[in-house]
Amino acid sequence: MADIRLEGVGHSYDGGRTWALKPMTWTWREARAYALLGPSGCGKTTLLNIVSGLLSPTVGRIWFGDRDVTSVPTAGRNIAQVFQFPVLYEQMSVYDNLAFPLRNRRYPKAEIDQRVRRVSQLLGLDEHLHRRSRRLDPGRQQIVSLGRGLVRSEVAAVLLDEPLTVIDPALKWTLRSKLKEIHRDTGHTLIYVTHDQTEALTFADEVVVLKDGEVVQSGTPAELFLSPAHEFVGHFIGSPGMNVLPAEVAGGLVRVGEAVIGRAVGELPPGPVRVGVRPEFVRVSAARETPGVKARVKGVDRMGAYHLVRADVDGHDLVAKVDAGSHHTPGAVEFFHFAADGAFLFRDEVRCGSIAPLEGGQGA
Amino acid sequence: MTSQLAEDAGAETSPREEARGRQADLKPKNNRAWFLVLPVVVSVAFTAVIPLMTVVNFSVQDIFTPTDRIFVGLDWFRSISRDPEVRAAFLRTLLFSAQVLLVEIPLGVAIAVCMPRRGVSVSVALVVVALPLLIPWNVVGTIWQIFARGDIGLGGWTINNVLGIGFNYTLDSTDAWITVLLMDVWHWTPLVALLAYAGLRSIPDPYFQAAQIDAASAWATFRHIQLPRLRGVLTIAVLLRFMDSFMIYTEPFVVTGGGPGNATSFLSILLSKIAVGQFDLGPAGAFSLLYFLIVQIISYVFFTVLTRSGR
Repeated sequence: MADIRLEGVGHSYDGGRTWALKPMTWTWREARAYALLGPSGCGKTTLLNIVSGLLSPTVGRIWFGDRDVTSVPTAGRNIAQVFQFPVLYEQMSVYDNLAFPLRNRRYPKAEIDQRVRRVSQLLGLDEHLHRRSRRLDPGRQQIVSLGRGLVRSEVAAVLLDEPLTVIDPALKWTLRSKLKEIHRDTGHTLIYVTHDQTEALTFADEVVVLKDGEVVQSGTPAELFLSPAHEFVGHFIGSPGMNVLPAEVAGGLVRVGEAVIGRAVGELPPGPVRVGVRPEFVRVSAARETPGVKARVKGVDRMGAYHLVRADVDGHDLVAKVDAGSHHTPGAVEFFHFAADGAFLFRDEVRCGSIAPLEGGQGA
Repeated sequence: MTSQLAEDAGAETSPREEARGRQADLKPKNNRAWFLVLPVVVSVAFTAVIPLMTVVNFSVQDIFTPTDRIFVGLDWFRSISRDPEVRAAFLRTLLFSAQVLLVEIPLGVAIAVCMPRRGVSVSVALVVVALPLLIPWNVVGTIWQIFARGDIGLGGWTINNVLGIGFNYTLDSTDAWITVLLMDVWHWTPLVALLAYAGLRSIPDPYFQAAQIDAASAWATFRHIQLPRLRGVLTIAVLLRFMDSFMIYTEPFVVTGGGPGNATSFLSILLSKIAVGQFDLGPAGAFSLLYFLIVQIISYVFFTVLTRSGR
């Protein structure tokens, strides 16, 4: 096992006119659990297939530790990959499915048996070993296809390409915990592709957010939530996503419309910016406190544990997450305050600064 | 049932909903939908059932003239099933079908595996493979009748004069058999190939990717991924090819006319000789029904075996 390093790796399906994956340099660190998160068509599967060798990148080199594997075929890379739906040798028993990759590599019979039994124990497949694999439920089938990757020695990484797509929602949770357990027990590097933020956030040590073929941010779930480096991360992670309001930086102050909401922090030339703030960090009050943005309440969504107050700021939507007990009437004009450490400034979708409270400013 | 439906509807079940539940319960007893099948029944009756009944009618009578006929019961069935010529033709046809299946199914699958999966060459390959299927039966017969001739046919001439092997399908019964078999292979293997190709194309990419990851050889990939997933289309291919080859008529009729001797006189050729040549409607009727029955039984056996073996 070793780090997996991508050096300037990029891929184009149309001879270089457009990049499905823009050339990037990136390291998957050994033994970590990664979630690769992004909308459909953002290049997640392309990236995964490049790592496993099913796709050879248009440019760049791939290193497993200090071994250059760019031109090594899939079979030589010792990758375990699980696909969106269970891929099994349906005519074979579970045992034969697990033994198949070893038999192809001409392992001695005794070792095959020993490895298969170890993996089946790890995955809890012992009682199903001699059933035909097609008769298992989809969840177990996915486990078996994962097992086919784990039986080999020296697994470089386990790649999971939206493995829970076909799984019953009730089972997803169980299976995800199973995956975490396996990760803990085996210590393999895990790359988990998903477009579901809950899946990504509950599963991974580190979440890598991909958009239009490039990594826009990576970090722990908390980092992505509390400190989005890109507007897209703010939108994509969190429910509902981050509010974005057009603003202006002038004289070191940030204004939304007429209201000054704080001091701009960061090397920031004056000009238009966008303020991003999560609904969790918006506070609503009836009286004006400085700094605060005046807005008309459009509606209140009762979500049970909390309410979402939807408001309109000069034609832009603003959502605040408030306690379930609070009362806000649609049509009323209220003041919305942004928590200082929860509001950020974006230019060209990339974070360029944050907001500090005004000196001597109350509230915030 | 009603109370169960009401329960399903949740806690707020009103009497009206209960009534609706009762209605839903009654619905399956309404059989008027069967009338929708009526057009099919009528058309099938006119095109298949009634003609078949005339055959049944013929098979139990000895007809001298349209007004002069005797009911003979199952006599024709007895005499036809004991007729040595019919029995020989039955075995011959069975052997022919067996050979056709043994050659065409593996060959068709092999062609399908070798056909390109993507690119412009796909359409080219499809057209070339499908070409023999577009040729009318009797034209296929004519093509092969000429092709296999020793004097002016390209194939026959090559075998005789280049390979130096004596080949004459009009005199030698083995040569005639081989000619008819090759003709059928040429004509119908493309059908198997196209069906198998469609089956192969429907296999999602991840199966092949998983095989790559598992270091499966080309043969293992074929054996464990492609072949199992061809079961459905191959069942259809086997049934179609069995039925067609068991009922083959036009091509051997054009090429050999059933000869030399009886070497290529299959059931259908013998049947048409009795029915149209000798105008023995009674025996021909009994023969037809037996023939029909055999095709049905063997197809049923094939279908059952092929679909069950996959479970």
